[in-house]
Amino acid sequence: MEELQKAVEAAAASANAAWLLAASALVLFMTPGLAFFYGGMTRAKSVLNMIMMSFGSIAVVSILWVIYGYSLAFDDDAFGGLVGGLGKIGLKGVITDVPGALPETIFSAFQLMFAIITVALISGAIADRAKFGAWMVFAGVWATIVYFPVAHWVFAFDSDTAKGGWIANQLGALDFAGGTAVHINAGSAGLALALVLGKRKGWPKESFKPHNLPLVLLGAGILWFGWFGFNAGSAVAANNLAGVAFINTQVATASALAGWLIVEKIRDKHATTLGAASGAVAGLVAITPACGSVNPVGAVILGVLAGAICALAVGLKYRFGFDDSLDVVGVHLVGGLFGSLIIGLLATETVTGGANGLFYGGGFSQLGKQAIAAFAVLAYSFVLTYIIGFIIDKTMGFRVDEETEIEGIDTGVHAESAYDFVSGSSTRSTIIGGAAPAGINDQSVREAAPAGKE
Amino acid sequence: MAKLVTAVIKPFKLEDVKGALSALGIAGLTVSEVQGYGRQKGHTEVYRGAEYQVDFVPKVKIEVAVDDIEAAKVVDALVAAARTGKIGDGKVWVTSIDEVVRVRTGERGLDAL
Repeated sequence: MEELQKAVEAAAASANAAWLLAASALVLFMTPGLAFFYGGMTRAKSVLNMIMMSFGSIAVVSILWVIYGYSLAFDDDAFGGLVGGLGKIGLKGVITDVPGALPETIFSAFQLMFAIITVALISGAIADRAKFGAWMVFAGVWATIVYFPVAHWVFAFDSDTAKGGWIANQLGALDFAGGTAVHINAGSAGLALALVLGKRKGWPKESFKPHNLPLVLLGAGILWFGWFGFNAGSAVAANNLAGVAFINTQVATASALAGWLIVEKIRDKHATTLGAASGAVAGLVAITPACGSVNPVGAVILGVLAGAICALAVGLKYRFGFDDSLDVVGVHLVGGLFGSLIIGLLATETVTGGANGLFYGGGFSQLGKQAIAAFAVLAYSFVLTYIIGFIIDKTMGFRVDEETEIEGIDTGVHAESAYDFVSGSSTRSTIIGGAAPAGINDQSVREAAPAGKE
Repeated sequence: MAKLVTAVIKPFKLEDVKGALSALGIAGLTVSEVQGYGRQKGHTEVYRGAEYQVDFVPKVKIEVAVDDIEAAKVVDALVAAARTGKIGDGKVWVTSIDEVVRVRTGERGLDAL
């Protein structure tokens, strides 16, 4: 019998490992999805810079994660629930196989993808005007000082042998897949950075309309697809809770899409494509913390409200005059706050296995915990991000010069352009320098291509 | 002598206009894609609730050189074919031509039409 029991446990661990590996890959795919979602919303002359900020985040955060990021987030608590220790630097001890348990490498890979997309999310607030080099520095510093500790607060749970972060354990706020650590964190940082960098030249008077809405929808679709890994993967097992998170994610997102369109139809007389994409993302954001706390009917209510609230919230930047280019505040900060707080109302113990929200007879206590967690992350992220952004701006400069901003950040910073509408007709390009293909007339090969200025 | 009939119309009406002019026996015309606005002042687009005024609307410009006597008939046919009755249907105007030359043969005047 004991042998059989062991075999069953091993099979279950193996199934969980398989699901979490797949979920990790799904979550990574969200970041390229985000790149296209954001890229389509910028103007044609800065779409590459927008996409590059997401891909750059993948590079920086992945490297730091192995070196010390995972350790700061998930090693035993080192300081009052605020940050992990340095015991797992270089993923020390992580790659050891423990029979019958979920391999820690897989958990580490899964959590890495969260760190990547959280950083990438911020870039939407500073579209069209950030230096790529400054962004890369920011990404590394922000991940180190803001994301890794906050991930410890929210995602590091106590176990028999380890002690985790204060929000997850001491406070007991519910955040299934990262409404606080990911969305409030990134949204608050986006607001701070938008303030540090200032408004785009010409905003809000000139047209900053999206240059490619099909790209936005494609990106939103990829995000939606990847988000199943994000939310259902956060069960850290292939089990019923993962199934609940999955169905909640689907219905909340669909409901939010509808909610956003209803607001648009009433307010603007048109249900728009950008509204559909934005509503879906708002729903994904809002259900993220709550997908392991509410039942599917709760998810529908949450979704419709989140879509409607975020549709109204994206107008805040015009009222208060901050240029959050792609509405990181309106969608991620507001959506994240809403999703985190409404857990205090809609949580039901049939899903959470203990905690009830106000509407299920739980009183105000869970709502209070949710509010403390949400506003602690909001305040920490805002203050630290403002300081990091300010220092980068005063030292290396965070913004491109005016000429580059007007002529296009893609050619100015990256020496590339996304689209060539007139190739072969009015503009002819000549190969100058670099690896010229054989047969190119030597006289056309000159020294040094025009270097991208930054 | 000859008249130049110029029309700025909605792009989707181009085929109708071309058909109407062919039916009159008009041999050739010139078409260009243009942008502009008239009394309706472009149109409005909405992105996340923010309204953008798009000033210049895409239009098609047709130019056709015809005999004096045919000009009125051409204008009537063109207007009838291009009309939808909605705002932004466009304009047609007629100007005099001082000289016409067929490049291939050097013919001048009405012979060159």
